[in-house]
Amino acid sequence: MKSTPRGPLTRTSSRIAAVLVAASLLAVAGCSSSDDDGETSADGTQGAGGGDTSIDLVGFAVIQSAYDDLADAFAATDEGKGVTVAGSFGASGAQSRAVIAGQDADLVALSLTPDVQNIADEGLIAPDWASDEHQGIVSDSVVVLAVRPGNPKNIQGWDDLIQPGVGIVTADPGTSGSAKWNLLGAYSQALGDSNDTAAAEAYLGKFIDNVVSWNDSGRTATDAFVKGTGDVLISYENEAIAARASGVELDYVVPDTTFLIENPAAVTTTASQAAKDFLDYVRSDAGQEILIAHGFRSVSGVTPSADVEGANDPANPFPDVTIITVEDLGGWSTVNDELFDKENGLVTQLRG
Amino acid sequence: MSLVGQVDRATSSARGRGRRPGELTRGAGLGLGVGVLWLSLLVLLPIAAIVSTAFDEGLAGFWDAVTDREALAAIQFTVGAAALVTVVNAVVGTLIAWVLVRDRFPGKRILEVVIDIPFALPTIVAGLVLITLYGPSGPFGINLVGTRAGVVLALLFVTLPFVVRSVQPVLIDADREVEQAAASLGASGFTIFRRVILPTVTPAVVSGAALSFARALGEFGSVILISANLIGKTQVSSSYILKMIESQETQSAAAVATLLLVVAVVVLVLLDGVQRRTARRG
Repeated sequence: MKSTPRGPLTRTSSRIAAVLVAASLLAVAGCSSSDDDGETSADGTQGAGGGDTSIDLVGFAVIQSAYDDLADAFAATDEGKGVTVAGSFGASGAQSRAVIAGQDADLVALSLTPDVQNIADEGLIAPDWASDEHQGIVSDSVVVLAVRPGNPKNIQGWDDLIQPGVGIVTADPGTSGSAKWNLLGAYSQALGDSNDTAAAEAYLGKFIDNVVSWNDSGRTATDAFVKGTGDVLISYENEAIAARASGVELDYVVPDTTFLIENPAAVTTTASQAAKDFLDYVRSDAGQEILIAHGFRSVSGVTPSADVEGANDPANPFPDVTIITVEDLGGWSTVNDELFDKENGLVTQLRG
Repeated sequence: MSLVGQVDRATSSARGRGRRPGELTRGAGLGLGVGVLWLSLLVLLPIAAIVSTAFDEGLAGFWDAVTDREALAAIQFTVGAAALVTVVNAVVGTLIAWVLVRDRFPGKRILEVVIDIPFALPTIVAGLVLITLYGPSGPFGINLVGTRAGVVLALLFVTLPFVVRSVQPVLIDADREVEQAAASLGASGFTIFRRVILPTVTPAVVSGAALSFARALGEFGSVILISANLIGKTQVSSSYILKMIESQETQSAAAVATLLLVVAVVVLVLLDGVQRRTARRG
């Protein structure tokens, strides 16, 4: 043992150390170039074959299956030949921040206009992205009330939600931007034609008192409801239709007066022509048909040509009701200040 | 700093014969460099970034953020629940470890596996499991959704293995002859437990408890469903932090995170002190 020189031992350990250094550098390098991680390709052939174009789509969680179908249908058109869509889906606000932070994106499709506008404010999307006839909106839906099968509490409209003993489940507008639609639905219908803010505040107060679960996202709200929490889930028509189509046991009620949900999409300033063509396709009648099949209402007034599985009445999936829009309330900056501001917003105050 | 000191001492005594104290061999120096670089990239830099964001708006901004009524309620509740969970785990975890090591019974192997399940489950799945069992349509007829008990239960669930798994090996290694000797000298069961067993296992219990506390403080996935996120009641601080991030209040989020970090570090240091003292006595 004594004769063992220290040299080889030291050399071995420095060699190990060198390997570790190399490995850690590779790992760091790997992290920085792993933007593609977690992305799914619509047809699983992302980037296959030279000359093919891939569109980086950054979307909110709910639209994944609809956009997978849209990508497949687009690939079957002349313009879409050889174009694949690599989608990354997640919470709308988080997706918006990811794009601002540098995630590759050709096309963003998010749940709220402000989430797209925030990206545009950073100069990553053309300032006039919302100047088309639909203000950049590509899919619509309305706020609905999902209830237990058979509707045991006989909930027919907004007034039934503020009865004592009715437990409401909703996503939290603090953590889930799209949950703002829910609160806007409750607030706006109580405003009524006479724009009675006192009545609307009183209604919203009772509504908030009846909430038994504020969930971090629409999906966890649905999970909580399906597992038995509460009597009514404030949801979106497309969510309710998709849930029922996938076998979840719930009924839903479209109130006589409800709120219009508008999901915007825009191409980034660095987008390829293929991404622009794809967005045009989403807006086309054929694209809107696909969104309708997934439970969304058409922006451009395309009527369903086939039954919509999961809808209360598949033959007449989108009942005609009075619809209030965010524009009716003065636009996003107004509602964000009045209702959702962290300090003085009405919702914040009523919850505190 | 103490890490560097320890590495220094360890390497110079191991193979640094003839070298001045504090001088590293080339290999050891490289190893230390990699270690520190790795720690810096993974731990120190991100933490420094969070702390600096927390003070973006100065000390007053930090103070405002952590004294916000909602934030304060969330922090108090989370720290309290984590402390409770830590105490329960220290007692029950030790008991379970004791039973697993010292007793023979049918199904012991299965129990060994069951203990680790909370570790293996993605936490959101743990949340789903809990709401299925202790939710409104659960088989036991108790509804813990939206209750503080529900949150504590979720935290207990995900932190269960920490104490068990740190105490078990110590008990396995413990010299039973010492206990037998004590018994033969007339010590009562309680005296043996207090004077022989407790000093042996305490460091392990404490380190397991410290891990439990830290984990409970930051837990998110398993609690969000069962807590129902009721402001001022069952809202946990991780949920509050997420909310601040989603509302573009990064500074508030970082401030609350920093405060939690301080609490965690203080508790870890305190428990480390306890561990050293008992270890010395043991």
